[in-house]
Amino acid sequence: MTIAVTKVRVEDKLYQNRYLVDSGRPHIIVRPHDKPSANLLALTYVCPAKCYELNDKGQVEITADGCMECGTCRILCEKGGDIEWNYPRGGFGVLFKFG
Amino acid sequence: MIEQFDAIVVGAGMSGNAAAYTLASQGLKVLQLERGEYPGSKNVQGAIMYANMLEKIIPDFRDDAPLERHLVEQRLWVMDDTSHTGIHYRSDDFNEAKPNRYTIIRAQFDKWFSRKVREAGATVLCETTATELVRDGNGKVIGVRTDRAGGVVFANVVVLAEGVSGLLGTRAGLREMPKPETVALAVKEMHFLPEEVIGQRFGVKGDEGCVIEAVGTISRSMAGLGFLYTNKESISLGIGCLVSDFAATMESPSALLDAMKNHPSIRPLIAGSEVKEYAAHLIPEGGYKAIPQLFGDGWVIVGDAAQLNNAIHREGSNLAMTSGRVAAEAIIKVKSRNSPMTKANLALYKTMLDDSFVIKDLKKYKDMPALLHTNSSNFFDSYPRLMSHAAQNFMRVDGTPKIEKEKNTTAAFINARSRWGLVSDAVRLALAWR
Ligand SMILES: Cc1cc2nc3c(=O)[nH]c(=O)nc-3n(C[C@H](O)[C@H](O)[C@H](O)COP(=O)(O)OP(=O)(O)OC[C@H]3O[C@@H](n4cnc5c(N)ncnc54)[C@H](O)[C@@H]3O)c2cc1C
Ligand code: SF4
Repeated sequence: MTIAVTKVRVEDKLYQNRYLVDSGRPHIIVRPHDKPSANLLALTYVCPAKCYELNDKGQVEITADGCMECGTCRILCEKGGDIEWNYPRGGFGVLFKFG
Repeated sequence: MIEQFDAIVVGAGMSGNAAAYTLASQGLKVLQLERGEYPGSKNVQGAIMYANMLEKIIPDFRDDAPLERHLVEQRLWVMDDTSHTGIHYRSDDFNEAKPNRYTIIRAQFDKWFSRKVREAGATVLCETTATELVRDGNGKVIGVRTDRAGGVVFANVVVLAEGVSGLLGTRAGLREMPKPETVALAVKEMHFLPEEVIGQRFGVKGDEGCVIEAVGTISRSMAGLGFLYTNKESISLGIGCLVSDFAATMESPSALLDAMKNHPSIRPLIAGSEVKEYAAHLIPEGGYKAIPQLFGDGWVIVGDAAQLNNAIHREGSNLAMTSGRVAAEAIIKVKSRNSPMTKANLALYKTMLDDSFVIKDLKKYKDMPALLHTNSSNFFDSYPRLMSHAAQNFMRVDGTPKIEKEKNTTAAFINARSRWGLVSDAVRLALAWR
């Protein structure tokens, strides 16, 4: 038997969440690169908020507005220098109602 | 004027609140910093809370803590694509005057805990991110820089309760950043349903609760675990797998969660629910061997930041609360002797923690993380499928003689894993469990 998987877009999931976005001050930055490392590329799948995306030049870009601050990308990519990772300023970012 | 505190606690999660409460209630001058708008706004848990460890801090917590349900039933499931095989344990003994385990909702629980911390006399500053540890010429930690204007604050000791993704300790070189194979990424949703519906679906009444923990093909060969916990009017449902496995397989966590929700054993339990939140968080899973140096000149580290998490038993908040309390008690002892908060004196924290269930339990399972990590496809895929096959073969009545059925099952196991593979997995599992 195959299981019917209803596809829910991550954007729709994030829509339920509350955020206070610190406009113009992204807390995560992808360093300029020609070709993404394996881990950076993996983030386009593995980031639970789908913040990482490939652009048409094959480089990885981030839009961190829906970030849940889990730290997965930091664990995978900070050491290798692919990204710069910080917490949002105090009070900004995701605000879990339940957690 | 420069204000000097006895202690600064970074973080208002389980470990930070336990530490700040214990310190403040003994009269120490405590400053606690929390980056969230309110305590709990950044925190995610399943969440089962273990009463014993909170009782040691706030004995009468049941009077006003926001508790969801006390647990009377726990189900452990091994799943393949269409089935689950399970062990269920339910006992009326859990309906006791002071129940042992409760489900909680972290954002609400942390707010309550923080109120207790304030009542005990600590100063709690929310919306304040600690950005750096401040050290003197000898490297002793003497305070914390924050992102508030003019934001340096000083203390005799800093308690790092910054959680698994904490930046301060790693940036200051006090501990290493967790490795991808020592942390799991968990995603979780909150499914709302009327209280009576939850009661009917799980066979519980009043405040009774039921939890399900599941391994198997839901984690798609990765080392992982799914969970489903009943709250009063909601179900917490989630799944977590090692970050290293996610990176290697490029599985999408949200797709994994959706597939789990669609599993025929789970779907009917959440049918018709309204989802009100999607959350993600890391869980430390490195166990005993991943515990960093726990103390130094002017600092101690507690909770998830110190990898104090028992992944095998799904316990974390209780280790966090206990390590926070024990660190505070050690600090209180050092202060009461009028001794400075040096590395040598703060070693007392480690001595006291070694003597508690926290380190003893983690030591017991010290080889488990490596075993499950290196053998994940057997433990999380082949064996679950084989178990289902065996159970179905045993139960289905189709005219095949029983002796042939048994041979069939044995052959399936050997085909999948070879005699030697089965024996060696069993031996290694037994050794790691010992
Ligand atoms: C999905 C999931 C399910 C779980 N289920 C269970 C369960 O059922 N039972 C159980 O016992 N455990 C469970 N755990 C584990 C449990 O949640 C943790 O062990 C526990 O929360 C650890 O507490 P902590 O205080 O160490 O860290 P946290 O609770 O993470 O608290 C850290 C705090 O520090 C703050 N902070 C961090 N950095 C800074 C900074 N620089 N400045 C200011 N503030 C900062 C954060 O905002 C946060 O409030 C689960 C975890 C997850 C992710
Ligand atoms: S912290 Fe987590 S949610 Fe945020 S961008 Fe990184 S992986 Fe995605």
